[in-house]
Amino acid sequence: MNFNIYDFTDFVTSVSNWLNEILSPELAVITGMAIIGIIFLLFIALLGLSLVYIERKVCAFFQQRLGPMRVGFWGTAQTIADIIKLIFKEPLVTKNADKFLFNLAAFIVMIAPLLAIAAVPFAKGLHVLDFDIGIFYVTAVSSIGVTGILLAGWSSNNKYSLIGAMRSGAQIVSYELSVGLSLLTIIILTGSLQLSEIVNSQSDGWWIFKGNIPAVIAFIIFIIASTAESNRGPFDLAEAESEITAGFHTEYSGIKFAFFFLSEYVNLFIIAAIGTTVFFGGWMPLHLGNLTFFNNIMDFIPPLIWFFMKVAALLFLIMWFKWTFPRLRIDQMLTLEWKYLLPLNLMNLMLMSIVSLNGWHF
Amino acid sequence: MFTLLDENGKTDTKEFTETQEYFVNMGPQHPSTHGVLRLLLTLDGEIIRRVEPHIGYIHRSIEKMCEKDSYQQVVHLTDRMDYLSCHINNEAVCLCVEKGLQLEIPERVKYIRTIISELTRIASHQLWWGVMGMDLGAITSFLYGFRDREMITDIFEETCGARLTMNYNVPGGVMFDIHPNFRKRTKDFISHFKKKLPEYDELLTGNVIFEERTKGIGYLSKEDAISFGVTGPSARASGFACDIRKKIPYSAYDKVDFKEIVFTEGDSYTRYKARIAEMWESMHIIEQLIDNIPEGEFKAKTKAVIKLPPGEYYQRVETARGELGVFIISDNKKSPYRVKFRSPGFSNLFALDTMAKGCKIADLVAMMSTLDLVIPDIDR
Repeated sequence: MNFNIYDFTDFVTSVSNWLNEILSPELAVITGMAIIGIIFLLFIALLGLSLVYIERKVCAFFQQRLGPMRVGFWGTAQTIADIIKLIFKEPLVTKNADKFLFNLAAFIVMIAPLLAIAAVPFAKGLHVLDFDIGIFYVTAVSSIGVTGILLAGWSSNNKYSLIGAMRSGAQIVSYELSVGLSLLTIIILTGSLQLSEIVNSQSDGWWIFKGNIPAVIAFIIFIIASTAESNRGPFDLAEAESEITAGFHTEYSGIKFAFFFLSEYVNLFIIAAIGTTVFFGGWMPLHLGNLTFFNNIMDFIPPLIWFFMKVAALLFLIMWFKWTFPRLRIDQMLTLEWKYLLPLNLMNLMLMSIVSLNGWHF
Repeated sequence: MFTLLDENGKTDTKEFTETQEYFVNMGPQHPSTHGVLRLLLTLDGEIIRRVEPHIGYIHRSIEKMCEKDSYQQVVHLTDRMDYLSCHINNEAVCLCVEKGLQLEIPERVKYIRTIISELTRIASHQLWWGVMGMDLGAITSFLYGFRDREMITDIFEETCGARLTMNYNVPGGVMFDIHPNFRKRTKDFISHFKKKLPEYDELLTGNVIFEERTKGIGYLSKEDAISFGVTGPSARASGFACDIRKKIPYSAYDKVDFKEIVFTEGDSYTRYKARIAEMWESMHIIEQLIDNIPEGEFKAKTKAVIKLPPGEYYQRVETARGELGVFIISDNKKSPYRVKFRSPGFSNLFALDTMAKGCKIADLVAMMSTLDLVIPDIDR
C-alpha cells in the first residue's frame, strides 16, 4: 500500500483492491461501506465537538470574555462534558405530542447533513461520492433537513415551535434559490457539476480570483444565502430565543436536542466546504503568478491542510457576522431574498454568461 | 385551497379558507420578558392583534409591608422595586420623609445623591442597551454593556459595600461619607465611557438591520403617551417633556446645566436614541458636580425613631425609567399609615397594546425593550 499525503487516489484504490482480494465482491462492497460509515460518524462527532468549542471561543473573544476555561486545558473538554450531560438527560415528550413524528424529526434533521457530507472532496482522491451531478446532489439532500424542522415544529404541540417551524420553512425554501443560483454562476465557468472537476478546474487559480467581478458577487450572495439556509444568526428566526424561546426545538431535550444542535454545526461545515470547493479551489494550494519558490512552498503543504484551513477561514467569517448583527424580522428576511438577492443573482448569472462567452475571466 | 359544493350547488370555501386567531402566553417564563411578565398575545399568524399584560406574578406587597416598618426600613424595600435605579427609589422615599420632617439637608448630601443618581441612571441605561441588543438577536452588545456597567458597580461597592441594591440613602442624608477614591474613580469612569459610548453607536445604532427593525416600529403618539401616563425617556421620545429633574428640581439638579432630551418621532428607534442621549447628559451632569462637592456633614441629625407629623406627603423623582411618585400618609406613628408608589414601569407597560397592534412578534420584543420594563417595578 503506497500512502501519499498529496494524492489519495492510489491509496483508496489499493485498499479497495485488497478488500476485493480477501473477500467476495458483495462482502467487499459492504465492508467498504461499513468502514466509510464508521469513519464518517467518527468524523462528524469530532467535527461537532470541535465546532461547538470553536464557536464558543470565537464568540467569547468577540464579547471580550474567555469562554469555557475550566474543563480540560482551556476548556477543551467542555463540549465532551456537555455531550455526556445531554446523553444522560431524560428524553421528554410533551403531552399530546405526535410521538412518532416527534422522534423521527430529530433523525431526519441529522440525516440531511450526513448525506451531504459524503460528496465533499477533502483532498485529491479522498471523497466518498463523486457524481457527475455533485453540486446538484448536495443542494438536493441538504434541503431534506427542512422536513425535519417542519415535523419537529408540527409534532411538538407547542405554538412557539410551530411558529418557528413555519418561519424556518419559508426561510429555507426561499434561500435555497439563491444558494443554487450563486453556485450555478460558477458552474458556467467550470462546465461541470462534478465536485472533483470543479476543484481540478481551479489548479491555475481559484474561481473567486479568476471569475472576475461576478464571481465575487456570487460568493457574497452564497455566504448570505447559505447562512440563512442553515438558520444561523442573523437569520436565526426559526430559533429566535428572544421571541419564540427556542423555536422548533423548544420541546426537545437530551440526545434528541443534541441532534438538532449537531446538525446545525455539520451544516455549517458543509456550507464552508462547498464554498471552499466552488469558490476557493477546494484542496488546491494557493499559487501566485510565476513566483516558483513561493508556489513550491505552497505545494508542500498537504491538500488536506489546505482544505481545512480554507474551511476554517469561511467558518470564522460566518461566526463573525453571527456574533455581530442583530436578527432580521421575518418579512424583512423574505424581502431581502425575493426583492434583492434573487434579482441580483439572476442578473449576476447573465453577467457571468457574458463574461464567460467573451472570455473576460482570467 | 379546497372547494366544496354545498346542498344548493354553490361553492363554499369559507370553511376551509377561514383562518383563526390564536393565543400565545408570552411569559411568565420567557427569555425576553426580563423577569416574569406575562403577556397574553392574540395572534393572527405572526401579526399581533392584541396584547394583554397580566401582572401580579411576583407581587410582594411592598406597599403593605411598608405599613409595619419604620421609615428607615421603608427605604430598603424600595431597592426591590426597580432594582436598576435603586438609589433613585431610595432617594424618593428619603426626600418625602425629609419633606415631612422639614429637615434641612446638608449641601454635601445633595451633591452626593445627585452624582450617584446619575451614575445609577447610566448603569441602568447601559444594561438596557445590552439587553436591547440581545432582544434583537445581537448578543455581543449584552456583554459590552455589562463591561462598562461593571466600573459603576465597582464605584458603588467602594462607596457603600453593595453593588446592586445599595440602600445608601437614609432619611436625612446618606449612610456613609464617600470614599476618598470616589472622585478619581468617577472621573476615570467618565473618561473611559466617553470613549466607549461611540462604540455602542458603531455596534447597533448605525447597523442597517437594527435601523430596519426599530425605525417606524411601535409608534406612540404624544397624546397616547400622556393619556397612558407614560413617563421617562419613552415619553420624551414622543415629544412629551416630562423630566422631573427639570420641572420640579430636587437635590442638586437646580445647580447644574443640562438639556432635557426630547424627540418627536415616537418610534422604537427614537426611544433608543433618547436613552443614548441621556447617558451623555448624565455624564455632563456628573462632570459639573464631581469637582464641586462641598465639605460638610454627610447626614443631618435625625431622631432614632422617626415619626412624621400627621398629614400627606408626596415626592416625585425621575428614575431611569420615568417618574416615580412616593405618597405617604402619616398618623404620627413610627411607621406610615399608608404608602403608595407611582412606579413608571406600570404606566409604561400598558401603552404596549396601543403600540403593538398590527406589528409582528419580533417587533413586540423590540418595543418592550425600548420601553425598558423592569417587572418588579410593575408588580411591587
